Amino acid sequence: MLTNGLQCPKKTPLHATHLESNAKMTEFCGWDMPVQYSNGIIAEVRAVRESAGIFDVSHMGRIEFGGPGTKYFLGTVLSANLMALKIGRSKYNFICNKDGGIIDDAMIYRIEDERFLLVVNAGNTDEDLEWITSQAVDDSDCNMAILTNKTAMIAIQGPQAVAIVDDVTDGLASQIGRFRIATASFNGYVATLARTGYTGEDGFEIIVPADQGPDLWSLLKSVGAVECGLGSRDVLRLEAGLPLHGNDLSPSTNPFEAGFGRFVYSQAPGYVAGDALMQISTSESQRLLVGFKMIGRGIPRSGLRILSFLSDQDTCSVIGIVTSGTYSPTVDGGIGMGYVDRKYSEAGKQIVIDVRGRLVEAEIVKLPFYKPV
Amino acid sequence: MFPDDLKYSKEHEWVRINGAIAEVGVTLFAQESLGDIVYVDLPVVGSEVEQFAKFGEIESVKAVSDLFCPVSGKIVEVNLETVDNPEVVNVEPYDSGWLIKVELSEPSELDGLMDAATYESTLE
Repeated sequence: MLTNGLQCPKKTPLHATHLESNAKMTEFCGWDMPVQYSNGIIAEVRAVRESAGIFDVSHMGRIEFGGPGTKYFLGTVLSANLMALKIGRSKYNFICNKDGGIIDDAMIYRIEDERFLLVVNAGNTDEDLEWITSQAVDDSDCNMAILTNKTAMIAIQGPQAVAIVDDVTDGLASQIGRFRIATASFNGYVATLARTGYTGEDGFEIIVPADQGPDLWSLLKSVGAVECGLGSRDVLRLEAGLPLHGNDLSPSTNPFEAGFGRFVYSQAPGYVAGDALMQISTSESQRLLVGFKMIGRGIPRSGLRILSFLSDQDTCSVIGIVTSGTYSPTVDGGIGMGYVDRKYSEAGKQIVIDVRGRLVEAEIVKLPFYKPV
Repeated sequence: MFPDDLKYSKEHEWVRINGAIAEVGVTLFAQESLGDIVYVDLPVVGSEVEQFAKFGEIESVKAVSDLFCPVSGKIVEVNLETVDNPEVVNVEPYDSGWLIKVELSEPSELDGLMDAATYESTLE
């Protein structure tokens, strides 16, 4: 199937590498991506928690913004306080519609005074671009360049990740602090190194020109990084208490009820979602996104109902819905996130998950489920 | 890959006959497609099953799949090993990874199942 001359599903620069490694592939947001490699998802999760894993994240949208009006313009569409974002640093933030609903969650990096890199979810890249460009005006004085198809992006995560990258970059990587970004030339590579990630572990997300992707992947693999796919990526982010847009976040949820109000600055001049978010921040959310651990036997899955027992009536009422769930090898049990009515949202609260007709006990816990020492 | 002494269903279950008892599990192909098994939901001993009806669920990290019984009869034993160590289904799908034992009510149903060669040919 062809769309605009591009074959569907799309292939990242590392596609052939994944096939050579016998990865199990699947279509994800229009891209042909690896779900897992030969040793399976659990082994990959363990590798990231114990040493280092590499992920092909080239499918994620990478957009660069530059020009004298960039900081001001991005302030009209992002929830981050860009005045407080220093050069070389990053902020997790939300792209919200004018009602405060979440179109996407994203990372914004400040590369120079008026030059920023925005990294967004693969599944929302088109919507993000449409929304952002719709907010531009004639005198925005900000240029946009889409880097996605010209680059490869590899995430390396785990307790050994920084050491591995430092070794490969002859000591440049360790000079980049956590959550910071810098460019580096090493060994013939010209790379942007962002010390960020989606697993809760330390590590880097490395951007190189597309044609350098396969060699960089092989290089990292040769010094011990384990190939990891989307399956383990989803387990790791859930263990780290990180949300997934499409599951835990959507245009019908706002950052405050999701528990991420600290990433919202509603007062940037001209911020399109400013009024709505300001209003939401001053009122009490009816429901809240919480994490929970299974006590009984069963694995929570997205879409399952959350119930609470009313002890004096011995009946249960529906108090929420699961938005993400999986088996976590790191905590050896079922874990999940979901929205529950505010009054049932405290850590320690016992809840019940309706696992396709079986009622299984669970307990609300403070996130993350796992934090590296 | 697919032992000759077993019979197979199109839902990727196998059957081993010991007199009037059928031992049931999922094939190598099934466990490979599913990936790491993290949970098995088995029926209560004593319950009745019908051929090709759902008798339980098997979960990998990413997904839940139904289990369909290749034979009709009464469940006389379930493999409790799969409760504590579900990965045994990946490691030994035809041996220690067995799931249930069924006392056959209709032995002639076995004729409707595939032999190893026929099952393997359906996978190509």
